[in-house]
Amino acid sequence: MIPMIFLLLSIVFLIVRVVPGDPVLLHFEKKASEEAMAEMRHELGLDQPLHIQYFQYLGGLLRGDLGKSMAPGRDSISQQIFSAFPATLELALFSMLIAVGIGVFLGVTASRSYNSIKDQLVRLFGIVVYTIPVFFLGMILLLVFSINLQWFPAGGRIKPLMEPDGWTFHFSPPPGGIVQVFAWSFFAGLISWVICLVVFKRKNVKFWPKGLLLSLLVLSAGWIIYAGIAWYLINRGVLQITGLYTIDSILDGNISKFVEAVRYLLLPSLTLGLMLSGVFIRLTRSNMLETLRLDFVTAARARGLKESSVVYNYALRNAFLPILTMMGLQFAMLLGGAILTETTFSWPGLGRYLVDRINFRDYTAIQGAVVFFGILVAIVNLIVDILYAYLDPRIRF
Amino acid sequence: MTIIGLLLVSSIIIMTVIGPWISPYNPTAINVSPPPNPAPPSADFPLGTNLLGQDMLSRLLCGGGVMLQVALLSVLFCFIIGVPIGLLASYVGGNLEKVLNIVMDSFYAFPGLVLAIAIAAMIGRGVFNMALSIAVVYVPSYFRIVRSQVLTIKELPYTEAARASGARGRTILLRYILPNIVPSIVVVATVNFADAILTAAGLTFVGLGVGIDVPDWGWDLTQGRVLLPSGSWWVITFPGIMIVLLALGFTLIGEGLSELLTPRLEK
Repeated sequence: MIPMIFLLLSIVFLIVRVVPGDPVLLHFEKKASEEAMAEMRHELGLDQPLHIQYFQYLGGLLRGDLGKSMAPGRDSISQQIFSAFPATLELALFSMLIAVGIGVFLGVTASRSYNSIKDQLVRLFGIVVYTIPVFFLGMILLLVFSINLQWFPAGGRIKPLMEPDGWTFHFSPPPGGIVQVFAWSFFAGLISWVICLVVFKRKNVKFWPKGLLLSLLVLSAGWIIYAGIAWYLINRGVLQITGLYTIDSILDGNISKFVEAVRYLLLPSLTLGLMLSGVFIRLTRSNMLETLRLDFVTAARARGLKESSVVYNYALRNAFLPILTMMGLQFAMLLGGAILTETTFSWPGLGRYLVDRINFRDYTAIQGAVVFFGILVAIVNLIVDILYAYLDPRIRF
Repeated sequence: MTIIGLLLVSSIIIMTVIGPWISPYNPTAINVSPPPNPAPPSADFPLGTNLLGQDMLSRLLCGGGVMLQVALLSVLFCFIIGVPIGLLASYVGGNLEKVLNIVMDSFYAFPGLVLAIAIAAMIGRGVFNMALSIAVVYVPSYFRIVRSQVLTIKELPYTEAARASGARGRTILLRYILPNIVPSIVVVATVNFADAILTAAGLTFVGLGVGIDVPDWGWDLTQGRVLLPSGSWWVITFPGIMIVLLALGFTLIGEGLSELLTPRLEK
């Protein structure tokens, strides 16, 4: 894992520094004076020898510093990426939800009636959504639902008036107080509580009274730790409550804002979700076909359980592990799709940031964004590996 | 399924080849239709015109070339780079294999489109550069399939027999192992065609495609986004459908081939 990330960072460094010859020259398309170019090189540290640049780059990464943009303000790339990241995260989460939902449902449906017309239709659907360029699908949805029917807005993330501070690349400190910090971190605490309960169940710890008391301890400890982290990050100006508008609006108790956020989110996440669902349909279908043939399913049927219960509670549970792995693997594809979807829907996330920077020939920012994408995928894969090892009782470290 | 795929792909290739002769207008000439543009489909312009007043039907007939060239070139690059490296790594083994494995894994884990975008942004536009940046993304899949196949075949009795009869390593690799892994490489390559086409479309969409002077479905589709608010559905629909059909054709061929070829390999 570590050598892989390291290698990946080096690859990106080399691509930007070595492949084009000189990124500064490329940025100005040879139309600037020597002094201006020398000044930019100096400000960005590009006049140093290559190996020193490399160590500066790695050192900066350790501090979470991705360098300075080539744009006139020489803004910090890390800050720009952090302010764009929540939008991408929100889009990614919802599309993954939609993809898995559609994929699992259709996959199960297809596997229950193997080789029937229904099955063939679902398979065809899976292939077609996979071969549609995601931005083409997005444009069709835009054309039908927002331009002709006018049900949904045609782009952006929320009504301009409802933006926390408008979408800029700069980050302003959020208005969150200690109450909001606690409200937000409550969910994190709750998650750690649930994990703790599951662990106890696995370890056969008695629920009453030891398990409950210990888990409550974990809940409060987790809560306070997360609140501390959130508080620190907010004071550093890094975190904007969560930055996910759908969740923020609920935390604010602002229903109309929530409805708006969902209306803006629906088409982009549906586009991305449909694109990804093809893989999940295929995977669920083939796994379910295998699982439904196993003895324990027949046994469950023989005991007279309802068919839906057999399929969803018995078979699907066993077919779910590969789906989880696939969720991790598909995350990389999701990010690629997100770049195109964000551009289609003017969604102010990382993908649009990257495309924006490409158009400005801002090579240091491109490098920063690409590195960030890579690290993100590595982290997600790590999480999925851990989850997998935990959920599959056959793997024990 | 395979037949449908073959039909789709071959008819698109034929259409692209004879396109310049049968297209009613010059696909890159602007303002062949009088303003206002974009104009909806009419008798003179059956598929309408785009913002520059170019005839969409002519662009459709001639526009497949870029996608096909990029896909073909990138698959070729993958073959040239991925297969030898895979053969070498898996046959030599040792540290070389370990290092190559890690390098390929880190490429593989990277979001494909992001990597392609990064490389294409650096090396510039054009069919060749697009193909190269796409090839970098897909080389690891070739490397992996070659490696896993070689590792299996290396242990089979007939390879051992060849080794026992004193054949040199190179002979075993090229005469005994390579012919047996060709089917699985072909399957990967066909599926790759579809992916390469979609990636090429994506690259074009973020502004890293070929220039304005070549008819290209990807470029047409990209331009259509700006025209969406005016409801010009014809600008995006037709080139979009063509890309889908092309990718669909290759996917269907790939599906059929893998069904045809893999059972033998598994047993």
